[in-house]
Amino acid sequence: MSINQHEIEHVAKLARLTLRDDEKQLFTGQMEAILAYVETLNELNTEGIAPTSHAVPMENAFRPDCVTPSIGHDRALANAPDKNETYFRVPPVIE
Amino acid sequence: MELYEQTIHDLQAQLQARQVSSVEITNSFLNRIESTDQSINAFITVTKEQALLDAAAADQRIAAGDCAPLTGIPVALKDIFLTEGVRTTCASKMLDNFIAPYDATAWARIKSQGAVLLGKLNQDEFAMGSSCENSAFGPTRNPWNREHIPGGSSGGSAAAIAAQQAVATLGTDTGGSIRQPASHCGCVGLKPTYGRVSRYGVIAYASSLDQVGPITRDVTDAALLLEAIAGHDPKDSTSVDCPVPNYTAALKQGVKGLKIGLPKEYFIDGLDADVQQAMDQAIATYRRLGAEFVEVSLPHTNYAVATYYLIATAEASSNLARYEGVRFGHRAKDTAGLIDLMMQSRSEGFGAEVKRRIMLGTYALSSGYYDAYYIKAQKVRTLIQQDFIEAFKSVDLLLTPVAPTPAFRIGEKTADPLQMYLSDIFTIPVNLAGICGISVPAGASSTGLPIGLQLLGRPFGEETILRAAFDFEQATDWHTKKAAL
Repeated sequence: MSINQHEIEHVAKLARLTLRDDEKQLFTGQMEAILAYVETLNELNTEGIAPTSHAVPMENAFRPDCVTPSIGHDRALANAPDKNETYFRVPPVIE
Repeated sequence: MELYEQTIHDLQAQLQARQVSSVEITNSFLNRIESTDQSINAFITVTKEQALLDAAAADQRIAAGDCAPLTGIPVALKDIFLTEGVRTTCASKMLDNFIAPYDATAWARIKSQGAVLLGKLNQDEFAMGSSCENSAFGPTRNPWNREHIPGGSSGGSAAAIAAQQAVATLGTDTGGSIRQPASHCGCVGLKPTYGRVSRYGVIAYASSLDQVGPITRDVTDAALLLEAIAGHDPKDSTSVDCPVPNYTAALKQGVKGLKIGLPKEYFIDGLDADVQQAMDQAIATYRRLGAEFVEVSLPHTNYAVATYYLIATAEASSNLARYEGVRFGHRAKDTAGLIDLMMQSRSEGFGAEVKRRIMLGTYALSSGYYDAYYIKAQKVRTLIQQDFIEAFKSVDLLLTPVAPTPAFRIGEKTADPLQMYLSDIFTIPVNLAGICGISVPAGASSTGLPIGLQLLGRPFGEETILRAAFDFEQATDWHTKKAAL
């Protein structure tokens, strides 16, 4: 599988990352090698095999539908890089 | 023998007999950290003042006759566990100033017994790595030879035990991150069955693979710590609701009559000669102890690394989407709007390995590649899991090497991530299948670096691997050897 720098830029955008030029070049080569390696999975016929998303059987775990204490405003906002009294503050989205 | 050289069960006996106080024990470890950590870099944060306060509280508890197995015992945690009021960085610039608002369940359970927190340990950033070199706080060094890596990603946890800076630590294991560093540092590392220990409050890397476990000096301590942290947690919907056995009681049952499988795919050409020799000697020891060996096959082993790096990175790209510079974590300055703030914050906050894995996962999940990569990997995961189910029909446990080589040199594999990823070939299949595994000291290389053996058990078969590990430990002295510092 070959991957070019243009595709790396596209994936970075999807991942909400901004890459420097040297990172783009480095990741292009490394991703190409890694993707070539994972191509080995195509040696296996997986027709009719069910995918495993979890190692143990999982069902939705519903909690009782009742109000319980939450973390609270103060603790929820304690690590915010910018905030006012009750909200996270972000740059304006609409000028 | 100094207090910092002893095990949990040694120290607990002395605490109960009032021969020593928790404050004395804690001071012994704090002094040891101060005198050795400049050359090891196992700790990101040392919680000295709080540790001494907690030790004093533990002494009062013991004086009142309320002594649980971990009361007054100083432990340290990989910096991936949330610890209320204590900085929790996950070895990332992204979380440099993050103060955890609550405790991870695993830590809360130990803390409730009166254990003392010495500090938070170095790791690969967001648990992504095999060498403990990908840390925003600099690499951790192997106490046995400081030119070598301690293993990863729980490298700080294993190095702290090997350097006698803590009596026990907790790590996390997504693709081998407890067992491999334990092997490289000459410690015992236990990866429980997926769902056995709550992941609540553990910073997520790959949620279907991550599992919490102890790194200790010996098998008895590993059993003690597992007993403390195991069990259902309503706060973690992936934790399994089944009773927790008495692991310490199971230790003395011996291996006589057990059938041990040797997977032929794990004893390959290219296996380091010292590792091969250690495995041969371990097999001979087990034969003397009365175990029977049979060869088994895990035919999809060669596909495990590729499968892991698609599934783990896909889950990572999703989990790490929460770091956007708004609610917590690093925020870039002088940005042009909200999207730019998110992109710049993530780009400045994450290191290269984290970016590479997020990108690989994003690619595997993206339109047009989802079926070819992600679903394909999940199907191969099924085949790998079936391999183990089939093998465990004829054996009680499996014996394998932990890693193909002893600890490699710092910097040796950093330029080639694929080579780094392949160093986890013997540990990764266990996480994909969700079974349990333990790494036990079993030898040394010609240059004096520790070598571990790996014992693998059925789902929730921790008692079997612990008893086999304990029997081996009683028959050998590898766990008593100490790094010279």
